[in-house]
Amino acid sequence: MGLSSIAYDLGSGLNGPMSISHLSSPRQQLAFSAKSCTGSRACITVRAADGNSGSMRAPPSTVRASKLVTNAVAVKSETASIAATKSGHELLLFEALREGLEEEMERDPRVCVLGEDVGHYGGSYKVTKGLAEKFGDLRVLDTPIAENSFTGMAVGAAMTGLRPIVEGMNMGFLLLAYNQISNNCGMLHYTSGGQFTIPVVIRGPGGVGRQLGAEHSQRLESYFQSVPGLQMVACSTPYNAKGLMKAAIRSENPVILCEHVLLYNLKERIPDEEYVCCLERAELVRPGKDVTILTYSRMRHHVLQAAKSLINKGYDPEIIDIISLKPFDLHTIGNSIKKTHKVLIVEECMRTGGIGASLRASIMDNFWDYLDAPIMCLSSQDVPTPYAGTLEEATVVQPPQIVKAIKQLCG
Amino acid sequence: MAYVMRSSPSVQSGSLAPHSSASSVSSSASSSSYILRLGALNSQRSGRLSITRRAIGTANRRTRKPHGVSASTSELVAEKPSIKNALAITREEGLILYEDMVLGRSFEDMCAQMYYRGKMFGFVHLYNGQEAVSTGFVKCLKPEDYVCSTYRDHVHALSKGVPARAVMSELFGKATGICRGQGGSMHMFSKEHGLLGGFAFIGEGIPVATGAAFKTKYEREVLKNDKADAVTVAFFGDGTCNNGQFFECLNMAALWKLPIIFVVENNLWAIGMSHYRATSVPEIWKKGPAFGMPGIHVDGMDVLKVREVALEAVARARRGDGPTLVECETYRFRGHSLADPDELRKPAEKAHYAARDPIIALKKYLLESGLVDETDLRSIDKKIDEIVEDAVEFADASPLPPRSQLLENVFADPKGFGIGPDGKYRCEDPAFTAGTAQV
Repeated sequence: MGLSSIAYDLGSGLNGPMSISHLSSPRQQLAFSAKSCTGSRACITVRAADGNSGSMRAPPSTVRASKLVTNAVAVKSETASIAATKSGHELLLFEALREGLEEEMERDPRVCVLGEDVGHYGGSYKVTKGLAEKFGDLRVLDTPIAENSFTGMAVGAAMTGLRPIVEGMNMGFLLLAYNQISNNCGMLHYTSGGQFTIPVVIRGPGGVGRQLGAEHSQRLESYFQSVPGLQMVACSTPYNAKGLMKAAIRSENPVILCEHVLLYNLKERIPDEEYVCCLERAELVRPGKDVTILTYSRMRHHVLQAAKSLINKGYDPEIIDIISLKPFDLHTIGNSIKKTHKVLIVEECMRTGGIGASLRASIMDNFWDYLDAPIMCLSSQDVPTPYAGTLEEATVVQPPQIVKAIKQLCG
Repeated sequence: MAYVMRSSPSVQSGSLAPHSSASSVSSSASSSSYILRLGALNSQRSGRLSITRRAIGTANRRTRKPHGVSASTSELVAEKPSIKNALAITREEGLILYEDMVLGRSFEDMCAQMYYRGKMFGFVHLYNGQEAVSTGFVKCLKPEDYVCSTYRDHVHALSKGVPARAVMSELFGKATGICRGQGGSMHMFSKEHGLLGGFAFIGEGIPVATGAAFKTKYEREVLKNDKADAVTVAFFGDGTCNNGQFFECLNMAALWKLPIIFVVENNLWAIGMSHYRATSVPEIWKKGPAFGMPGIHVDGMDVLKVREVALEAVARARRGDGPTLVECETYRFRGHSLADPDELRKPAEKAHYAARDPIIALKKYLLESGLVDETDLRSIDKKIDEIVEDAVEFADASPLPPRSQLLENVFADPKGFGIGPDGKYRCEDPAFTAGTAQV
């Protein structure tokens, strides 16, 4: 599989420990010296109860005194950046997902997993390996092949008090569950007038792999993006995979966690202490001043690869992994645009109706005045992913295209 | 003549060998009874063809015949004593059943009035004629049990205990409705009363019900709560029984022995599609044994028969013996919805079922058996009239939802609206929650 470890030479990018993103509202408990208000990487935030409910129904409070980690991007050269804590432990992304899942299952007995081959088989991508032995066949439930029904079952179980995680063996299979995801996950909290909550997590690998054929190589983020009532995040590193898994499980909202087939074997060193990522916040991967590159999931790594070449050529890109595909973190994104005035979106989604399309519209609506050039968007082709290797490669955005786009954008 | 027909030898306690915990259907005792059932079914199939031919030709069939159930009829006769006991109800029970059915009928009649007066809108599906099924089942349940319905859900809500005021308000789209006016006729929910919906697409409530039953099992076996024994009843129609979710859930419920009862309200019509034109094997009860659960066929116009079957099925689920499929032969006196001109159903068919009105039938039984007298029933009628009138007045007087309510329940955790350009969560901005912020 692609990258076996995350080792970036980010040039002049990181200047020592990154500041923690903190929320500017006075209600928030976290206070760190922020170097900038770029809302950098999303680390912990488990938040105090929202005392002022106003006309909103306040969520139940979940305050935990988690330790905060200043920076855990496992950049090889950055020994200083993991200063505040012990050295952590190295693992692969699928193991990070499993760790997050296991911790949450230990923490709350209502958390359970269901899906095809999650139990005895340990999951097609080994995310649930060993969990059935540890937690039993009912908490890690092997379902028959009936996506629509077992997703609906998860909804019913969530409504009546459990916290299920539905694994789609491949995100594409969840198309069969679209009825339940759109109609029930997304809607029932609303149509019940707020009576029932649906704290489900729907997760699975998507994206283009290595010649897996069209149906196993779908890019479905945009299919779910419009559904009201759903949140959607995409993980891209072991660090954020674990943190987002935990955050998604703890959230009272239905969350879709998009994983990528080719990223499961990414290796990174992550903290030993417990941490949770923020579902709504983007991650500043590399600060810069020439151009804002917005990306997510596997394309983050293509962007970083392109960045090496760009930096050598003297460009200074600011790279943001948007993490939250719905809703967009307009603060992080906006602050970057206000600085660089140019935007390139690099996504794996199709061109038509993709995440990029939605993001472009959002940026135009909110930050039009700050743009010096039209927003560029590199998306995958509107084509069912071909089997042939050459054609498949041409389907998704490759680093040379990113380099070319930046040159075009920045001159 | 109304009677109970059964496919399985019995739903009586103990007569179906419980599954072993290995959850295979192949324990010797149970498999032999299933084989008997399957054998009986196979031999009946050839007999079935002649009936089907008749049906296609003339659409003359108004009642289901007791075809080929002779094998189990003898078993039925053998069990007569217990049936007789189950049919006997007390005066109190009789009054409760009567009141619930009258409430359902009066409420639905009022809905029709209100709809034509422009007080409620959209698609409204009324339950007139089917009251025996709702009352028969729901009045066997405990408050902690769950009911899952479809778009024809007003009466299920009322039977389960949702106040008439709250249902009527919801139908009027008022803020005091059970779902704050956000659900409407097809989306009745009540957490307090264990009503899990209210679903517009057929079949999509069945998995939700299966999940609620799964939760009971999980509570018992994982959370080690011995007292967890909530049973879930899923109501749906004949049209749904050709839908994948039905079969998928029958499989999972039987596989994991979930405490759920699948109740088919077979009223023969899915809008304008006759059940017999849509279904290769019209006997829905037969599909239960195919998945490893008893399949029962009961006269759904007779609340006492329904109740008898319901008590059995609920007891079976509650003690952990697994799911049951119950097909109730019933009929809706009105069209599919208030927008349906109802031109395809033959007057003779409608007249046949009108003569089997469940409320009239129960009334007759109660009076003839001496359990109640006319004044009792009349006072109930009056009481219900007052309840329904009050519900309308309450709904009329209730406020419409304000604009500020629009976005309140999109997310349980409103952080889901995300972080705005200013760095604050959108939900912290009062203009956003009032729906006036530019997003």
